[in-house]
Amino acid sequence: MARRWTAGLLVALGASVVAGTALGAVAVPFGSVVQVVGHHLLLVPGEQTWSAPRDAIVWDVRLPRVLLAAVVGAGLAVSGVALQAMVRNLLADPYLLGVSSGASTGAAAAILFGVTLGLGEHVLSASAFVGAVAASALVYVVARSAGRVTSTRLLLAGVAVGYALQAVTSFLIFASDSAEGARSVMFWLLGSLSLAAWGQPLAVAAVVVLLAVALLTLLGRHLDALAVGDETALALGVPPERLRTGLLVLVSLCVAVVVSAAGAVGFVGLVVPHLARRAVGAAHARVVPVAALMGAVLLIWADVVARVLLAPQEVPIGIVTAVVGAPFLLVLVRRLQATAA
Amino acid sequence: MIVADDLHFGYGHRPVLRGVGLEARPGRVLGLLGPNGSGKTTALRLLYGSLRPGRGRVTVDGRSLQSLRPREVARRIAVVVQESDADTMLSVREMVTLGRLPRLGTFRRAGAADRRAVDGALARVGAAHLAARRYADLSGGERQRVLVARALAQEAGFLLLDEPTNHLDIRYQHEVLGLVREVATSAVVVLHDLNLAARYCDDLVLLDRGRVAAAGAPEEVLDPDVLKRVYGIGVTRTAVAGRPQLLFHPLVEPLPVVG
Repeated sequence: MARRWTAGLLVALGASVVAGTALGAVAVPFGSVVQVVGHHLLLVPGEQTWSAPRDAIVWDVRLPRVLLAAVVGAGLAVSGVALQAMVRNLLADPYLLGVSSGASTGAAAAILFGVTLGLGEHVLSASAFVGAVAASALVYVVARSAGRVTSTRLLLAGVAVGYALQAVTSFLIFASDSAEGARSVMFWLLGSLSLAAWGQPLAVAAVVVLLAVALLTLLGRHLDALAVGDETALALGVPPERLRTGLLVLVSLCVAVVVSAAGAVGFVGLVVPHLARRAVGAAHARVVPVAALMGAVLLIWADVVARVLLAPQEVPIGIVTAVVGAPFLLVLVRRLQATAA
Repeated sequence: MIVADDLHFGYGHRPVLRGVGLEARPGRVLGLLGPNGSGKTTALRLLYGSLRPGRGRVTVDGRSLQSLRPREVARRIAVVVQESDADTMLSVREMVTLGRLPRLGTFRRAGAADRRAVDGALARVGAAHLAARRYADLSGGERQRVLVARALAQEAGFLLLDEPTNHLDIRYQHEVLGLVREVATSAVVVLHDLNLAARYCDDLVLLDRGRVAAAGAPEEVLDPDVLKRVYGIGVTRTAVAGRPQLLFHPLVEPLPVVG
């Protein structure tokens, strides 16, 4: 069952990458996509028979963007899975840790006030990353008491730090004179993959997300035990505090990398874990890889919609994921009530 | 053998245990009794390292609990805890397979030996037919069986249970404790019900306000005078099948004396 889902999703991912690269304001035939990509990967020898603009659209613009979408979707989905196990709450999402609020504050500081911290060419994503990591460190410090990090404290600390940083971001927008800057902060807050390009940020995001997927899959049974309860985990030789702290570091890093590359794309990390559990059951060793693939496919298509819907204007991808995700959340809540009653 | 010596423990400034000592001997079922707040669950949690004693120490087969890593403790002591997330979507088989965690390395996958251990544990508690069901869909008694199976899959020398009969109807109470007697060679059980303790335990430790009020065989511990002092309720003792059984006197209207 799980194997069939994984195989099917891998095929879907391959098809989505091709389709996501082909579709857009200017449509490119699927065959041509395969040809161009094959040529660049040195798989298809021979002359270049297509125009330079087409080559640029496929290879320089769309493919890195589609790959970034896949990485971001996978990263958010597995972070959601891990967090829901860590705090034992099905409504937990990757932004619970204050990561997105921290990233937003960092990004707003960079956009509006030119706070560059000497971060070089990728100022925006770098400062977002610094903000995200600082926020989750703060959440950790607040949540920690007498050497213990309980799920309730983690939840409360995440919410508190999140609200505080949102206020800081709002204040930065309010205090700045630049309407143009405020607009680009808003755009960034809603998520966008338009910064995608070949290079370091994409590579870093891909490596971190793949590492997170691999580690969380291998730790599947530990996550199972933690999701049942702290006392159960301990009785099975898994110290819950230590595991939760380790996961917190891993997930914070993963979300920080993802958010700094694409802004705060909502709902993927909340909704995809539920889809994955419905498909393959609750055991995390199966849920994690399936959620990663589902998240990747979902975000590729959400980005296609974001690009095509009002072309040549781009819709922030967070709006697309919210439109799809919010109704799903309502269905989920109704179901939860039904089982509780 | 699990030996606890002079255990002290407090939450903040409120002392819960004030010098508790006990021995859980191999091949025997030890019952931990006491009124609410007497510290029996706290004492149990100290025995498997969920809590650390403020003073005193616990040894497992001669080794200090503190010197063992959590996984090493879990290989020696299996615990049926009270919490169990009823929302979990894990299947019964997956729940029992968690018992293999301390035997597997962090990253090792479950193999044929682990599957055999899980199948064996499910069969021993008579829950093989439940394997594919969702744990959350089971009745209270069935869940308790599954948790005992998980503990058996751990293949630990000792089985610790925290009020395993809580919320179970009378039939399941007997079923679960009968099961513990049947499958566990050595066990420590926290119990509320004195008659169940008399029926199923070899040794008893009665706690009262953080101290041991009585310890020994059920005949000695379940003494009407001791119980009157600890619980503040009158008791008439009879025997069923060679084991003491207790009748309790209502606090308001005294019962006509039996026998």
